[in-house]
Amino acid sequence: MSTVFTFRIDGKDVAGSEGQTVMEVAEENGIDIPGLCHLEGIHDRGACRLCMVEIAGSPKLTAACVTKITEGMDVTAHSERLQEYRRTVTEMLFVERNHVCAVCVANDHCELQDLAADLELTHFDLPRISPKLDIDASHRLFAIDHNRCILCLRCVRVCDEIEGAHTWDVMHRGLETRVQTDMGIPWGESTTCTSCGKCVQVCPTGALFEKGRAVASGSKHQRPFLPWLKIVEEERGR
Amino acid sequence: MSEMPATARPTHRRATIETADGQPRASAYVCEAASCMSAQSHDITLRLGERIAAAGMTDVTIKRVGCLGLCAAGPLVEIAETAELFERVKPDDVEGIVKALKKVKPTDTRRPQGPFFEKQLRVVTENMGRIDPESLDDYVGRGGYEALKHVLSDMTSTEVRDEITRSGLRGRGGAGYPVGLKWTTVAKAEGTQKYVVCNADEGDPGAFMDRSVLESDPFRVLEGMTIAAFAVHANEGYIYCRAEYPLAVSRLRTAIRLAQRAGLLGTGIADTNFNFDVQIRLGAGAFVCGEETALIASIEGRRGTPRPRPPYPAVQGLWDCPTLLNNVESYANVPTILNKGADWYSEYGIGKSKGTKVFALAGRIVNTGLIEVPMGTTLREIVFDIGGGIIDGRPFKAVQTGGPSGGCIPAQFLDMAVSYESLIEVGSFMGSGGLIVMDDTSCMVDVAKYFMDFCREESCGKCVPCRVGTTELYMILDLITRGEATLDDLAQLERLAGIIQKTSLCGLGQGAPNPIFSTLRYFRDEYMAHIVDKTCPAGVCTITAPEVMA
Repeated sequence: MSTVFTFRIDGKDVAGSEGQTVMEVAEENGIDIPGLCHLEGIHDRGACRLCMVEIAGSPKLTAACVTKITEGMDVTAHSERLQEYRRTVTEMLFVERNHVCAVCVANDHCELQDLAADLELTHFDLPRISPKLDIDASHRLFAIDHNRCILCLRCVRVCDEIEGAHTWDVMHRGLETRVQTDMGIPWGESTTCTSCGKCVQVCPTGALFEKGRAVASGSKHQRPFLPWLKIVEEERGR
Repeated sequence: MSEMPATARPTHRRATIETADGQPRASAYVCEAASCMSAQSHDITLRLGERIAAAGMTDVTIKRVGCLGLCAAGPLVEIAETAELFERVKPDDVEGIVKALKKVKPTDTRRPQGPFFEKQLRVVTENMGRIDPESLDDYVGRGGYEALKHVLSDMTSTEVRDEITRSGLRGRGGAGYPVGLKWTTVAKAEGTQKYVVCNADEGDPGAFMDRSVLESDPFRVLEGMTIAAFAVHANEGYIYCRAEYPLAVSRLRTAIRLAQRAGLLGTGIADTNFNFDVQIRLGAGAFVCGEETALIASIEGRRGTPRPRPPYPAVQGLWDCPTLLNNVESYANVPTILNKGADWYSEYGIGKSKGTKVFALAGRIVNTGLIEVPMGTTLREIVFDIGGGIIDGRPFKAVQTGGPSGGCIPAQFLDMAVSYESLIEVGSFMGSGGLIVMDDTSCMVDVAKYFMDFCREESCGKCVPCRVGTTELYMILDLITRGEATLDDLAQLERLAGIIQKTSLCGLGQGAPNPIFSTLRYFRDEYMAHIVDKTCPAGVCTITAPEVMA
């Protein structure tokens, strides 16, 4: 029996088990905290900073996806300030690379696009960085357009933690950071890739996509394997 | 990275001393720390040795020592008996030193050395420039390892922790977390396997305190770590040192080997049943690896990126085991605190900032070099009395402390006593101890841009606000320095800086906007000059936009 904690999120009384994160309990209670690197079934890394919440008594904001719940904590997940921060962080993602929804395979199926709509992001004030980046279409079935990658690293984690292939990893740093396959060789030449397509399924944007898909036809909302595998993993006691 | 000649080259000549008591009548100490080495001080050592041998002076010794402090005037040679200091020594100057050595009489005493040396208080640096950094005998000869032997034979781990807690020592890496509290947390953390890690990934621009300590007195750091290991029940340690410090690494390796041979590291230390051994891990040139969780990831062989805390390394660190992580200077304080006592140590300092702090003086200052002063010393004493003032007597403008997370302190605070608290109060940060002095030839917008360039280069790329935001800030600062920015851009700069500070994952991102905040706080007029008048008051920035006609 795990201990049950009761606490509040945005003034609503909620309960969760010891060890759960604020993000998990919020999801269970229908409170939507945005997050692009978070995905149920793989490890959280607290990197996109969109799920930042305030906890009463703490001077610092904290990422809901990596914050364990405690008894009586008072979480503010939505406030004018937090929404402004989220809007700006989302805007940063848009100006960092090249997101043109009109020609994107993920148009209408894109978590970044949805987030921008939810946050009522209507235009960009920040200077555009937008370098022209490569597209790797060497794989038989899939391709990656780095111009649309937001470095959430869901692909890296799902490939490592669920598929067990660890084809994807990260190279370079700062703005030069890229996801890479097999130490930086073209995806099509990878000897570890099993072509399972999980990376494509978990990608929140149109960065990873199935070849042959036209604009706006890259539906990705089919990932039933993730929570299921998480349960298996827990059952194994890992 | 240039290759530093280190121990691979022939070491200095050890003349056989033929005096009645076996002690040399005169000794020349040649600084062979990185700064003087890069000015060919090793050649001076060799040349001196040759001249002494040729002259048949058998009562004189030539010794390689660590940093003598006054880096600006290197290569430095000191005659230990008289404290006579030879500056900017060239091979042809050796004759003069030989003559001076001939004149040394047994009755000579060390003469006063001027304010640069006399105003300092040496705790961490007490052996610097006095011992051969690759000689365990030299270190032991100056009281080295007495603290460790005392601890192992007479004290319990609790008593050691209490002593450190009472001393008031705080983390010298920058944040100033109480060292005793950290040790206690690690000691009480659950787990049988614990680690002691030394952060030697010094990376702030203009900072070289840790490098100098490691190059000049590596045994002191090892002794401090060994005492810490005893206090927190650890038996394995790592020193994470940046690869850009080849001389420090080489001397550390020598020190570790010598300590192991002497039974002061390894199994059964000092004939007790306490075991502790240390390994070196080299950083690969990432500033962020000085952040504790990134440092741990790097030691583990993973990509050096920070992770959210909690859990803190004291509870869950290296390979998920409780890990004590302190900086070089923190460990280097430990032997002295145990030798002289917590009460002695805490007498120095001001308020909650006890003891001394090592600073690296850099920038437009006469006496570029390494100093150690009690906490509470004023900036004026540091810059003008010890530092010798500004080069060419130009007006002082600001001093930058705390590295890329720090800030610029203007002249109005020159009489402020330096402590962790006072620096934060004026919008800066203690940081590791780099102190960059600026005069009226520095443009403060350009300074902010320089640090932002550093932060965007060094951002690991994990969290969005730091990865993208530092570049955004840099782009706006670049617009300002080119005279192409508007007041809207300035408002955007301030807004964005605030968001990056609040939302970034680690200290690098959270601290990155600080140079902007502090320059805006004290030098907003310079920003306005660039934006409104399209001029750079310091004449540093090339304004491309046409000047506004009045």
